[in-house]
Amino acid sequence: MNSRILLAILMAAVLACGGEHRAGTTDTATVRSSSGADLTGAGATFPYPIYSKWFSDYASATGVKINYQSIGSGGGIRQLTEGTVDFGASDAPMTDAELAKAKGPILHFPTVLGAVVITYNLPEITKPLRLTGDVIADLFAGKITRWSDSRIAALNPGVKLPQKDVLIVHRSDGSGTTYIFSDYLSTVSPAWTSAPGKGKELSWPVGIGAKGNEGVAGQVKQTDGAIGYTELAYAKQNHLATAAIQNAAGEYVEPSIESATAAAAGIGANLPANTDFRISIVNAPGAGAYPISSFTWLLVPRTIASARKQKQITDFLRWYLAKGEQSAASLDYAPLPQPIIAMLTSRIDSISAGSAP
Amino acid sequence: MTLPERAIIATRQEDDGVTLRIQGAAIGDRVYSGAITFFALCIPFLLLAIAWEIGSAGWPALHKFGFGFLTSSDGDPVQGEFGAAPAIYGTIVSSIIALVLATPLAIGVSLFLSELAPRWLRQPVGFLVDLLAAIPSVVYGLWGIFVLLPVLRDPVMPFLRDTLHLDKTGLFSGPAYGPSMLAAGIILAIMVLPYIASVSREVLLAVPRSQREAALALGATRWESIWGAVLPYARSGIVGGIILGLGRALGETMAVTMLIGNRPEIAASLFAPGYTMASLLANEFSEASSDAHLSALMAVGFVLFLITVIVNAIARWLVWRVR
Repeated sequence: MNSRILLAILMAAVLACGGEHRAGTTDTATVRSSSGADLTGAGATFPYPIYSKWFSDYASATGVKINYQSIGSGGGIRQLTEGTVDFGASDAPMTDAELAKAKGPILHFPTVLGAVVITYNLPEITKPLRLTGDVIADLFAGKITRWSDSRIAALNPGVKLPQKDVLIVHRSDGSGTTYIFSDYLSTVSPAWTSAPGKGKELSWPVGIGAKGNEGVAGQVKQTDGAIGYTELAYAKQNHLATAAIQNAAGEYVEPSIESATAAAAGIGANLPANTDFRISIVNAPGAGAYPISSFTWLLVPRTIASARKQKQITDFLRWYLAKGEQSAASLDYAPLPQPIIAMLTSRIDSISAGSAP
Repeated sequence: MTLPERAIIATRQEDDGVTLRIQGAAIGDRVYSGAITFFALCIPFLLLAIAWEIGSAGWPALHKFGFGFLTSSDGDPVQGEFGAAPAIYGTIVSSIIALVLATPLAIGVSLFLSELAPRWLRQPVGFLVDLLAAIPSVVYGLWGIFVLLPVLRDPVMPFLRDTLHLDKTGLFSGPAYGPSMLAAGIILAIMVLPYIASVSREVLLAVPRSQREAALALGATRWESIWGAVLPYARSGIVGGIILGLGRALGETMAVTMLIGNRPEIAASLFAPGYTMASLLANEFSEASSDAHLSALMAVGFVLFLITVIVNAIARWLVWRVR
């Protein structure tokens, strides 16, 4: 009897402590936000290095602190939908279904370009292997199983291809890189469109799954005859052997910052004025365009309840388009082409303060 | 006043003091025991809360796909179809490989440490074996990628397949790429070994001396006394240690993800890549944005949770029985 009363008192005390604690954290949060350092964002891991540079440069330039958690594109979209962050970031545009679940309209702002490279382990071959979209699709679908296949030989005249089995290495974790790659394969190969299709994780017909860019690159490096795909920035920093891929104009293009920007320019030249920027730039037209390229996006609500946050976010968007883009290449990210920067800058004005309709 | 009278009064006074102190202590005791009870109950409550949370989050998937969720292997994330069978299969097979490899080693180590080793060697060797449990999982994974996989690829796998002709069994056939069910099983074996070894050592040390002496007195050799008198006495405790290791193997994530090849397919050959429930969750959770996908992952988590809880309960029960 007595012990029960004591237990009740104890529980009340614990709850009270918890309550006080919570009140305490809200207080500090308010204090912090009133000092102007309170934008939070979450999402894609691929652009995290450049975003963290931007946010730190921006904080030293303006004093506005932006806290970004690179928890993955899916997590970013989830958190934005639930309204727990001020903005999201994603390597794949939000689907119509995801947009419908959000509390209000969401705007997509491309920030930088990513490209996916095809890397392989064939010590015999010294200059970049040439590949076309349908050959890549058939390799990753398991239809071409040997390097000496006549279709690969036809693309590489004068190159002596080894008699080796092909080992496919793909990402095992859900990833924007897989999304861009499968988006490309779905665009160039009708067979790939029906299966496995396009997504951040796929039901791969063949091969070994490795975790992360480093997992794929490590497995490819260790296995003679292996082929996989990684991010351009990762491949550049680790000096991986990469294939030159035939683009829509028929040229073989090696992956680089310039050829990724060229892909965006090729698409950007024909964009309608009212585009929502949820656009794929794989297999882009135009000279020198690298075909497996993609935007990565910031996701910003069109109406932001707090006028202060609305100003902070729009100020930041203007800053990254004007200043941030210039530092992108220093971290191996391809900057947006000028016409697209101009279109995006004029679009910032559509972000309004007030409650969602 | 005579001396005995004064003594009695003194005793009474002391008595009162003691009783008072006991009463004071009684309140303190009750507060203390109330607090301790509360904290102790927090843990089972937490367990139930976790089970409830994961179970209810996974319920839509279990409800939609039904029992087929556990037996289907044609998952296609793009189409929104999910089947957990390859992951369940991989979890169980990789754990079995781990136990098959780790158990004899661990029992050997613990027998050596409790029965045969000279006293000065026991502490350092026991300490080093326990230290295996302190190495972080991702370090095992990296070691696996840079050391274990190249060794498996050449010479271990070709040796098993071509020299010993074990490919005819079907277990050791197919191309030797490295990342495979076998690689995951081996890394798990190393990781669970310290658990089995330290439980077994404790159990063996608890075997009464008389047990050994009786066997020796009957003319048994040292080997016969270990095999006939010590091991049977410690058997259920050792089995408990093995199952504790199994529980650890079932839930291991990072090292397995790095070495198993992450292929959701049920293959007979141990050279083929596979998948486990824990690595499935580690791979897909961060990028899962659709409700169906999240729910399917939660359902996988719930199945894994149930299996590990059951396995650990069995281990506890077996260890209790020996005492």
